Amino acid sequence: MKIIYTDVLVIGGGLAGLRAAIGVKRRGHDATILSLVPPKRSHSAAAQGGMQASLGNSIKGQGDNEDVHFGDTVRGSDWGADQEVVRMFVNTAPKAIRELANWGVPWNRVRRGDHDVIINGKKVTLTEQDNAHGLITARDFGGTKKWRTCYVSDGTGHSMLYSVSDQAIAQQIPVHERMEAMRIIHDGSRCCGVVARNLITGELVTYLAKATCIATGGFGRIYRSTTNAVINEGIGAAIALETGIASLGNMEAIQFHPTAIFPAGILVTEGCRGDGGLLLDADLHRFMPDYEPEKMELASRDVVSRRMEEHIAKGKAVTNRFGRHLWLDIRLLGRAHIEKNLREVNEICHYFLGIDPAEDLIPVRPAQHYSMGGVRTDYRGESPTLQGLFSCGEAACWDMHGFNRLGGNSVAETVVAGMIVGEFMADFCDSGDSEISVSTAQAKEFWERERAQIEALLDGDGDESSVAILAEMQNVMTDKVGIFRNGENLQLAVDELQALMLRSRNIGVATKARGANPELVAAYRVKRMLKLAICTAYGALQRTESRGAHFREDHTQRNDQEWLNRTLATWEDDNALLPTLNYEPLDVMRMELPPGDRGYGGADHIDHPDTQRRQAEVDGIRDKVTEADRFALQDALMPYEELLPVALRGRNERLGENK
Amino acid sequence: MAETRKLSLNILRYNPQLEGDKPRMQAFEVDESENMTLFMVLNLIREQQDPSLQFDFVCRAGICGSCAMLIDGRPGLACRTLTKDLGTEITLAPLPAFELIADLSVNTGKWMRAMSERMEAWIHGDETERDIRQMEAPMNPDEAEEIYELERCIECGCCVAACGTAQMREDFVGAVALNKLARFRLDPRDKRSDQEFYELIGTDDGVFGCMSLLACNDFCPKELPLQTQIAFLRRKMLKAGLSRK
Repeated sequence: MKIIYTDVLVIGGGLAGLRAAIGVKRRGHDATILSLVPPKRSHSAAAQGGMQASLGNSIKGQGDNEDVHFGDTVRGSDWGADQEVVRMFVNTAPKAIRELANWGVPWNRVRRGDHDVIINGKKVTLTEQDNAHGLITARDFGGTKKWRTCYVSDGTGHSMLYSVSDQAIAQQIPVHERMEAMRIIHDGSRCCGVVARNLITGELVTYLAKATCIATGGFGRIYRSTTNAVINEGIGAAIALETGIASLGNMEAIQFHPTAIFPAGILVTEGCRGDGGLLLDADLHRFMPDYEPEKMELASRDVVSRRMEEHIAKGKAVTNRFGRHLWLDIRLLGRAHIEKNLREVNEICHYFLGIDPAEDLIPVRPAQHYSMGGVRTDYRGESPTLQGLFSCGEAACWDMHGFNRLGGNSVAETVVAGMIVGEFMADFCDSGDSEISVSTAQAKEFWERERAQIEALLDGDGDESSVAILAEMQNVMTDKVGIFRNGENLQLAVDELQALMLRSRNIGVATKARGANPELVAAYRVKRMLKLAICTAYGALQRTESRGAHFREDHTQRNDQEWLNRTLATWEDDNALLPTLNYEPLDVMRMELPPGDRGYGGADHIDHPDTQRRQAEVDGIRDKVTEADRFALQDALMPYEELLPVALRGRNERLGENK
Repeated sequence: MAETRKLSLNILRYNPQLEGDKPRMQAFEVDESENMTLFMVLNLIREQQDPSLQFDFVCRAGICGSCAMLIDGRPGLACRTLTKDLGTEITLAPLPAFELIADLSVNTGKWMRAMSERMEAWIHGDETERDIRQMEAPMNPDEAEEIYELERCIECGCCVAACGTAQMREDFVGAVALNKLARFRLDPRDKRSDQEFYELIGTDDGVFGCMSLLACNDFCPKELPLQTQIAFLRRKMLKAGLSRK
């Protein structure tokens, strides 16, 4: 058994993992990254439209600041987010974007003077200020009061990932590519590393570390129809669940992106609508203003996706041989704009649809896109139940997104959480708490257990097909745990997934190669994916309300009285067919922004008993702190600055605002 | 669509990890469907005909650069290659010039990391440590767009696989590296001088090794202006070389 020791083991080489590793390394600790693929191939690269940060440089971003970003994010989350974490996030996002600018990201910049844009289907001339010329600009995105989404054409994630990955190379951080974390080593209360499998040679390697950080992204591949990359199978979250100690939060909170091209499911960015694109139905009628007169195409993603499916259900869809879809129209933006600012979209339309988006309509339908849930952590990014296990990015439920994430807040979270959690892991390594006392004999037990499982798969004579089980699971999830959910279908989904789990115990593997063996990989992964799928479906079944992206046809109201809480799933017994669910209440009395109406989406809600009292308190504080200092007011409402790592505290400089 | 075509795939099979395995071509047949890509074809083969077939896909959207392979002898991204643009006989082989993992899977990641280390392909200079609480440094909007133009490289390896020099000279840096240095040279945040760039690529393994066959330019899936960039860089490096003391 080969053992590799490192201070911090980061699992996942996307933006979150890379940035966390850089943070740790800069504080003088060693970091080693395990990645399924070369880091620059991570799914972070697929983030197209941009990153939210309240710089307020462009004319349509004027007046933006952390407070506005905070409010948008909390409303977007349908009050499911941890508001202190949201505060930490919005205060760090401008720093993150400026750090990325320092590291080479060629953010699109403000150009002084007049330029034409499309707003609400009409051409409008905007005039940018002289003093903003050359500063980072922003585009409009859904669910935001200001134009806040900073971008690099529509290759934002690509540029960010390349710059951060290049920095990791500059810092000489080793990345062990094509290495899959298989099992977390722990003693019941302390995480000490993982057993990993080399996907080229099949070798099982033991990694021991003071801190282990799961940054493996989302688990969209449990769905048939998803924008996610094929590697987004959620194995990082699954092995955390398999400890029986760490919990997964809000797994039922699944985002569906309104504009996946139909039927391939490849994403075209929200920037299409942000830049003025429209959604049309079979009659080429622009239907979103009928449903959402205020935000129209730019309501939050959960709302737009629901309205699209609602419209399809009314018989307004276009039908082609693959099924039903709607149209995205970006023709009105003009060829020059498309070829410059939406060039990935342009390429995708040409290559995968054979159409020219400057001339033709784009067939779209919502598809699974993002998992708000994941490994439950505290504000420092550490599991509250398994010391030394950290998580950040989409893999984590840090919980800044609650039940719906805003577009542009995901790549922003990756780097922001990477910065914050990286600092906290370095603090942890500096402290006495980080020493591990695991013996090589104990590590070997975990290694042996993993080896035995793989040998059992290779030597077994099971007759179930992992390909068939995977496909059936994906169908169940897309058909029964999708945008519109109800108790009956969710119960069916849970039953069917449990039946699949039983079948998965009898998977056969025909290819006996110990080394690279895609059939073996599919076999052991689908078992873990099934656990995630059951957590998602079962969580959705139990949550008898509608909140953000979780919409129940049989419980259409948001019910703060009973459900203002976070679902926590644990899986103590490996033979069990269901997780244990617990609920962590959100404390209204500590909220800066007490629950209310989102301003879009239409649905009403049932108040939490504390809401009125807290609202009165908040109103009282707002009346009392009359001076114009927004920082004093914020601090009086919900102090949070002490929560940030020391290196990331401090105010963000902004045009037209004193330092 | 008219009659469904039957596609005959010839795929190079070889797993160097398997003792005694020898390179061979294996034939598969697949019924073509509408809008079918090689991503769909290869997954169908693996799901229905041979579960041991190895290949790499990640984004399946032409963004990540994982799936470059030789498609009828020409390097390209399999995920966005539509079968309707190919004949009924399709030959697939792994990219040359990279370490073979197995079948169609090659270790471009290892090659690219080594290249980045050798080229020091990251921003050099004080700006990387600028205080992130302060306003960002302004940048000319056109300059930012020009940098992005070169930054669109996805490190897929097509330019290296297509390169005559790279086939003969193992240490040739390839168009991917030259384009990267052109990108950093263009970037005002990178403080390296032409003399410093010359130290990295002023050799036959660098910009002077290019024979101007320019298959890199022809096969770049992102249509990067590699021809122009290499020519430009060669001129600058020649000047830098001549002015060395």
